Amino acid sequence: MIPVGFDYARPDSVDGALALLAEHGEDATVMAGGHSLLPVMKLRLAAPELIVDIGRLRELNYIRVDGDEVAIGAGTRHHDVETSELLATEVPLLPAVARTVGDPQVRHRGTLGGSLAHGDPASDLPAAVLALDATIVLRSPRGERSVPATEFWTGVFTTAKEPDELIVEIRVPRTGTAGWAYEKFTRRANDWAIVAVAVVDGRVGLVNMGSTPLRASATEAALAEGKSIADAAALADEGTEPPTDTAGTPDYRRNLARVLTRRALETAAGR
Amino acid sequence: MTNVKVDITVNGRTTTDDVEPRLLLAHYLRENLGLKATNIGCDTTSCGACTVLLDGESVKSCTVLAVQADQLAVTTMEGLAGESGDSLDNPVTAAFRAEHGLQCGFCTPGMVMAVTGLIAENPDLDERAVREGLEGNLCRCTGYHNIVRAALVAAGKDPDAEQEIEAESDAARTAPGFSAGSGS
Repeated sequence: MIPVGFDYARPDSVDGALALLAEHGEDATVMAGGHSLLPVMKLRLAAPELIVDIGRLRELNYIRVDGDEVAIGAGTRHHDVETSELLATEVPLLPAVARTVGDPQVRHRGTLGGSLAHGDPASDLPAAVLALDATIVLRSPRGERSVPATEFWTGVFTTAKEPDELIVEIRVPRTGTAGWAYEKFTRRANDWAIVAVAVVDGRVGLVNMGSTPLRASATEAALAEGKSIADAAALADEGTEPPTDTAGTPDYRRNLARVLTRRALETAAGR
Repeated sequence: MTNVKVDITVNGRTTTDDVEPRLLLAHYLRENLGLKATNIGCDTTSCGACTVLLDGESVKSCTVLAVQADQLAVTTMEGLAGESGDSLDNPVTAAFRAEHGLQCGFCTPGMVMAVTGLIAENPDLDERAVREGLEGNLCRCTGYHNIVRAALVAAGKDPDAEQEIEAESDAARTAPGFSAGSGS
C-alpha cells in the first residue's frame, strides 16, 4: 500500500517545526515515529500535503525528575519509556504500559507524544496518562500552554491540540512503586486491547470503552467513599459507550471493564 | 511533490538516490537496491517479515519511509553474511539452519533480523524473552518451536535446558497445582 504523495521536511529544531506548522496550518501533519500516521496514510485515510518529521529532534527525547513530577519529552519512544530505570522507580505504571504496546519493532519507533496526539481510544498510553492525572504541554509560536490529560481528548481521534501546536512534554506525578496496575485483555500478543484498565493511586483509566480514553469516575468515587474493591469495580462501566467490533459487543466490553478493574485494583492494593 | 535525496548506509555500503517522500524503506531496499531478502508480508506493521535493523534496532521497513532512514544505517539479512560471503557464516543464520527454524522460509529474513536485534539488546536471552521478543514476527508454518530454539542457540544457550526451565516456571505461574496427567 502506497500513501498519497506528499512533501517532506525534517527541521532541525522544535522552533523550525513550529514555523512550518504555522506556515502550512492544517495541510501539515507532524510525524514522529510514524507508527500511527503511516498506517492510516497507507490506507489513504489521511493524505497530508506536508509531513513535518520531528523523529530526530533530540531536544524532545528525555526523561527527568522535575520537582514532584517526571517530565518526559514528547519524542521519547515507547522503547525508552519501557527501559527507563528512572520511570521504573518513579512512575512504574508507564513502563509497564509501554511494554504492552505493539511489539519490539513498533516500540523502537513509536513515541509517547505521537500516541497521545493520535488519540486512538484503543491505545494503551492515553488511558495510562489519564489515570496518572498527567499534564500535556503544547507549544506554538503563540507560546506554551499546559492541558490537563482530563481535557486533552475531545472526541474520536480528536484532541485539544491546535494545528499550529506541537506536544513538547508530558508531565506525570511521581507516584512511587505502590498502588498501580495495568490489566490488558487481548486475543493475540501484539493486538490492540479489547479493553484495558490502568490503575494508579485510586484513579482508573479505561482503554477502548468509548470514543476517547476515559476515567471510571463512578469507581473512583466509590473507592474514595471507602467502598470495597468488588463494589467499586462493579461500577467501572458506568457512563461508558463501548464500541462494537469483531472482538466484542458493548456488553462484553462492559463485563471486561468490570472484571479487569477489579483485578487491577486488587493488584494495585497488593503493591 | 518534491523528491528528496537520501544517503542511507545499507549493509555497510553508502547508497544514494532521489526518492519520493512516500517511498517505503522496504521498497527502497527491494526495488531501488535489489536487496530481495526483506519480504513484504502483511504491509500493515503486523507480520514482521520486513524487519530490518535501523541503526542496530529492529524496525518494520513497511512502516518506515526511506526519507526517515536518511543518514542512518540499515542492515538487512544480506548484510549478515560474514567475510566469506556465505550467508550461513553468522551465528543467527547458522542457528536457524542447525535447529531447522523455518519451513517455507518467507518469514525467515524478518525472524533472523528480529533475533539479531533481540540478542544485541539482551545477550542473556531465556525462552520467555525470546517468545516475547518475537511477538511482532508471525510464522504460519512452524508453530515457532524451532524458531525459538534457533534464537536460544544463537544466544549461546542450550535450548533443551532453557525449555525445561521455562516449562517448569510456566506451569508454576499459570496453573499452580494443575495436574499434567502423570497419574500421580
